Amino acid sequence: MSIFKQHKHIETNVFFLAVGILLCVIVGGLVEVVPLFTIESTIEKVDGVRPYSPLEQAGRDIYVREGCYNCHSQMIRPFKDEVERYGHYSLAAESKYDHPFQWSSKRTGPDLARVGGKYTNDWHVRHMINPRDVVPESIMPGYPHLMRALDTSTIQGNMKALRVVGVPYTDAQIANAVKDLTEQASSDSPDAAVLKSYPKARMGDVDGDPKKVTEMDALVAYLQVLGTMVDFTKVKPEAIRR
Amino acid sequence: MASMEKDSVSGQMTTGHEWDGIKELNTPLPKWWVYVFWACVLWAIGYWVAMPAWPTPSGYTQGMLNYSSRANLDEEMKAQKAGRSQWVAKLQAATAEEIAKDKTLLNYALAGGKVAFGENCSACHGAGGVGVPGAYPRLADDEWIWGGTLADIEQTIKFGVRNAHPDSRQSEMLPFGTGDALAADQVSQLADYVLSLSSKTPAAGSPGEALFAERCAACHQEGGVGLKDLGAPALNNNIWLYKGGKDGIIAQMTKPKHGSMPAWTERLDAGTIKMLAVYVHSLGGGK
Repeated sequence: MSIFKQHKHIETNVFFLAVGILLCVIVGGLVEVVPLFTIESTIEKVDGVRPYSPLEQAGRDIYVREGCYNCHSQMIRPFKDEVERYGHYSLAAESKYDHPFQWSSKRTGPDLARVGGKYTNDWHVRHMINPRDVVPESIMPGYPHLMRALDTSTIQGNMKALRVVGVPYTDAQIANAVKDLTEQASSDSPDAAVLKSYPKARMGDVDGDPKKVTEMDALVAYLQVLGTMVDFTKVKPEAIRR
Repeated sequence: MASMEKDSVSGQMTTGHEWDGIKELNTPLPKWWVYVFWACVLWAIGYWVAMPAWPTPSGYTQGMLNYSSRANLDEEMKAQKAGRSQWVAKLQAATAEEIAKDKTLLNYALAGGKVAFGENCSACHGAGGVGVPGAYPRLADDEWIWGGTLADIEQTIKFGVRNAHPDSRQSEMLPFGTGDALAADQVSQLADYVLSLSSKTPAAGSPGEALFAERCAACHQEGGVGLKDLGAPALNNNIWLYKGGKDGIIAQMTKPKHGSMPAWTERLDAGTIKMLAVYVHSLGGGK
């Protein structure tokens, strides 16, 4: 009879059944895993994307710790209305050093993919301490506890771990992490050393106390760099089509 | 194994499986379901051929329709820009008076400006430009720090205030009474005089008046009318950006606060900035 009638032998023989299950799982697994080996080709080739500076990376960890992604996405989709509102659509390349990326999908608050430079540091601090001080209709919780000192003891280990998963931090960048972090949060000199390692980093003290690096300094430095690394006036639209 | 047989109740065949006397019916799937299933399979095959589908080592299969959401978006944006361009060109060329006269153009600018204001400006300046006391100026009144003409407003939106942009509006109030020759009682006298200016009854002949002429009038001008070119606010009214009253004036005199505004020319196109300027100009105090 036809081959479909033979399944009784597979179903009733534990050895054939095990082999059959294994084959199915292998095929299913390959279909899911193999495309990941081609993922490099989905990352657009654009200039400007760099690893986060130590202060920004610390701010990013606070962003994750406080669960900002529960209400804010970082993904401007290629739709007319989103591009009109937030700016150029997000590229895969822009989050290639994010582990994990913060695209998110819940949009209780506005998208933050290009919030960098949109507001002043002062606004961010006021808004973070009590959002209703500046936006009366806001339903965002306040984060006044971010005015406490930033724990810088973990940043080097953090950067080393990121290097293992592919973020190209150099030995010098890791060695200078705390120095770079402190400089970014206190100096606003355009010749600062941190700017050579991390161009376009938003310099300066944001919380009104240049002597103390707070979690607020870190979070605002992170928010201010979001979406600012790529200069889209120099990107050809055809080159980033996928 | 039991044989397949016709079930007498349902009239369907059994599968031949039997457990404890219970036999399994082999009822065929409804015809409509089977057709939909095969149609879906055919659709999927057609989709693979027509649309981007399978990953390949160097990218992915492009599909025969050459579909790209990003290319479509570029087209849509181009069409939108073309649709707006005649209005934007008109707006760019028009003066404030001309825009005010041309009702269609005005309505276009106000509608577009309102949307852009809500997204970009209201975070600081508040919905409708009410401002935040002690932090961000109110735009819905006729008190302007950097000027309230359409051109002034456009300039401020484009380049911002005290930011890193080379064309940004820049000014800095010097601290008085901390480190310079002004003594504490002189600071107090000055504050009294500034307070008298704001109440419209300047204390003529007071020691504060002489101090004001010497220290403050270069920027804030005689009588405290302010100087827009330097962003020196008028002091002869009761509108205070930071804090009114004598303690507020002394605080700003001794430890001046300075606000900052981003340059929007890098983020918004010229047409949107012009619409924003028209909108802000219309909020209540356009000069």
